[in-house]
Amino acid sequence: MEMHAKPETTKPRELISFIIGKQEFCVDIMSVREIRGWSPATPLPHSPAFVRGVINLRGAVLSIVDLASRLGLPTSEPSARHVIIVAQVGSQIAGLLVDAVTGILTVTAETVRPTPDVASEMARSFVKGVLAIDNRMITLITLDHVLPSQEQEAA
Amino acid sequence: MDAMEEIKQVFFQECEEQLFELEAGLLTIERGDFDPETINAVFRAVHSIKGGAGAFNLTDLVHFAHVFENTMDLVRVGKLEPSPGLIKLMLRAADILADLVRAARDDDTSDPGPREAMAAELKTWTPGAIPPPQAAAPPPVAVAPKEASRNNDDGFVFVPTKVDLNDFEDLSLAPTTHFRVIFRPKAELYAKGNETTILFRELGRLGPMHVACDISELPPLEDMLPEGAYLSWTVHLETSEEEDKIKAIFDFVEWDSTLEIEVTDGMRADDAKEEPFVFKPTMVDLSLLETIVPDPIDGAEASVIEPLASAAKPPQAAPAPAKAEKPSGDDHAPAEKKDAAAATIRVDLERVDRLIDLVGELVINQAMLTERVAELGLARMSAVSIGLDELEQLTREIQDSVMAIRAQPVKSVFQRMPRLVREVALQTGKNVRLVTEGEGTEVDKTVIERLSDPLTHMIRNAIDHGLEKPDVRRAAGKPEEGLLKVAALHRSGRIVIEISDDGAGINRSRVRSIAVEKGLIAADAKLSDEDIDNLIFLPGFSTAAVVSDISGRGVGMDVVKRSIQALGGRISILSRPGLGSTFTMSLPLTLAVLDGMVVSVAGQTLVIPLTAVVEILLPQATTVHNFGGNARVMGVRSEFIPLIDVGQVLQFRQEDIDPKSGVALLVEAEGGVRNALLVDAIQGQRQVVIKSLETNYGHVPGIAAATILGDGRVALILDVDAIVVDSRNDIASSLPLAG
Repeated sequence: MEMHAKPETTKPRELISFIIGKQEFCVDIMSVREIRGWSPATPLPHSPAFVRGVINLRGAVLSIVDLASRLGLPTSEPSARHVIIVAQVGSQIAGLLVDAVTGILTVTAETVRPTPDVASEMARSFVKGVLAIDNRMITLITLDHVLPSQEQEAA
Repeated sequence: MDAMEEIKQVFFQECEEQLFELEAGLLTIERGDFDPETINAVFRAVHSIKGGAGAFNLTDLVHFAHVFENTMDLVRVGKLEPSPGLIKLMLRAADILADLVRAARDDDTSDPGPREAMAAELKTWTPGAIPPPQAAAPPPVAVAPKEASRNNDDGFVFVPTKVDLNDFEDLSLAPTTHFRVIFRPKAELYAKGNETTILFRELGRLGPMHVACDISELPPLEDMLPEGAYLSWTVHLETSEEEDKIKAIFDFVEWDSTLEIEVTDGMRADDAKEEPFVFKPTMVDLSLLETIVPDPIDGAEASVIEPLASAAKPPQAAPAPAKAEKPSGDDHAPAEKKDAAAATIRVDLERVDRLIDLVGELVINQAMLTERVAELGLARMSAVSIGLDELEQLTREIQDSVMAIRAQPVKSVFQRMPRLVREVALQTGKNVRLVTEGEGTEVDKTVIERLSDPLTHMIRNAIDHGLEKPDVRRAAGKPEEGLLKVAALHRSGRIVIEISDDGAGINRSRVRSIAVEKGLIAADAKLSDEDIDNLIFLPGFSTAAVVSDISGRGVGMDVVKRSIQALGGRISILSRPGLGSTFTMSLPLTLAVLDGMVVSVAGQTLVIPLTAVVEILLPQATTVHNFGGNARVMGVRSEFIPLIDVGQVLQFRQEDIDPKSGVALLVEAEGGVRNALLVDAIQGQRQVVIKSLETNYGHVPGIAAATILGDGRVALILDVDAIVVDSRNDIASSLPLAG
């Protein structure tokens, strides 16, 4: 009963956390459709390096974005242990290649700290804030700019 | 508001159906079949459109439909002979009606010119049918100039004043007319919840009236059916309105009643002496009443059944009086056709597409499963293998049935053709008879939608360029009326559409000289008759000596050919001088699947649409030559054709491969340009399900779409045109470097 009395702003939200390299990230659980293992992708010609190609997701052609490459982190060749997070990005669906999924976090708005003032491109386009949980730093990212935009493609 | 929009959409859908009925009916009449049922169907079509349009306040549409309906009514009642001239006029009126419907649907304002001209023309066929106001009103205007000239003599300057004739109606200066309206409702009228009082109230607004009820049909109480209709009314109405206004009041009950409206000189003496309503006692046999009311004392079932049985009788008897009431001229009854159209439902296209997607999945999944089971090395006759075979058969059947849902008869495209032919024939001054065949041939909806434009263009061409003018035809000993045949048929899993005319055929010497003149071919080129015929498909070719606004718009047969090829189809010509030409289009039955050649390029699997592939060549060391920078050409029968390494264009590899180790596919791209595509190997030929890349990613240069292979992996489908254009740009940009 007391929980209901809490104001709207502190309504807890759920995030999915995952690892890329040695860093931990998370995204809003509402945008995640499913999580599946890595399967070889068909490379797309004339696509940015972070686009690994396309795979077949029950009949839909799904593009795979190597999140490490997208966020400017060192990349590695994907193996069967890698994981694809199938997520809703705007009106489209994309697969995000990550190293492993660590779990689900339930946090309130106060837990999310503002982005540290780091002048990296990644921080500006993707990072929404950081969370400190059990001495871990988890970066909350948004998926809005994960897919190559049409202008980038034309260039 | 939204609900209204929805109803309106349904109305427009129905309008399309009615318009089709109308045209089909008129064409039947034109062929000399004056079956009253056909004439009625035609009349009903216009009437329904008018009725619906009235409900939505589409005044333009109502007015035109009304004039049209008036003329048609005369034909219906036999006052007007359906002469060929009149039917032709009506067909054109039907076209204008169709335009109006479309304009109303798209909220366009159509040019009133043709509509008004047509309305005027239609009115000329209905002498006297347009009574007082318009006809009677002109005199005052005609008088004015006379007065003006007389006044002028006195040095008085007459200033003409515009008089709105409609004002006269409001001022009720127009002469009043006496009408006698006899209204006999049928039982159906009441069954549909109509109320006669409201009708009379409406009628009363038109002018002073006198209503008399005729109860002579009223049977004795014991014979009276509770739901029967026995009363009729005679109304004497004095009004300045037209007869149509009276009819309009009864518009919604017209089918369920008989209505007689006649103009009288005033109230007739005998009618005026209408007898006052006297209550006449009716003898009722009380025993009859007892049979109707179940006996409450005797609750036994047997006695309950009896009254029920007698109560059940009246409905059986009911149709009889209704029938008897129908006078001879009753064409209104909406033809109680038992052979109504086959039961259909309207389904949202998205749902069907979703189903097709899912079944596509099922097929791929089943193929994967079969492959996995084969890997296990089970015996062919094992229970699993047999079960899989059955599954395969079932999935194929499901796929076929689902595809059949999307399939539609080509009728929807063909039914637009008669109008097109009429219009083009009129513009070019040619007599054309259109014959269509195989309207029921089914093909995927998307194919149908994209078939309309090329077909339209080809029909215009056939009439404009193919058929000769009547005098030329007469001189050639042919009937003045040219024949244009459009036929659709299924042939080896494709739909074939043939457009043939009995015109002059392709003038090969002229085609040739034009092609030379426009620099499309060399003056001394050796070409077979077939080659010359195919020149008309070259971009920038137009044979019409006079550029007409019908088919000589600069876009020519090359555009037609491109759009057919874009659908995965091919087009060919067969022309015989003096006898006519036949254009044959062959198209896939669906755009959801494609026949492709599966090839490997730099370790990747690609699909090349089979329609683009002309020939498979094996490159030899002697046939491949370097040309300029990194470009290569291949000699194919004394011709040098650019050789494009697909792997390089798609950036799958950087280094050149030895052409001898690969296979070259001779492809034909936009504008008939031939190129050879170098691939590593050919895996085979397969029908693949087309998947969009745009849905979840975006456009990829050089790639048309994707598909899913039997192993569950995605393969890309090559966009041959884009690859060719791409490589040309590459070569162009590499040339300055080379030089």
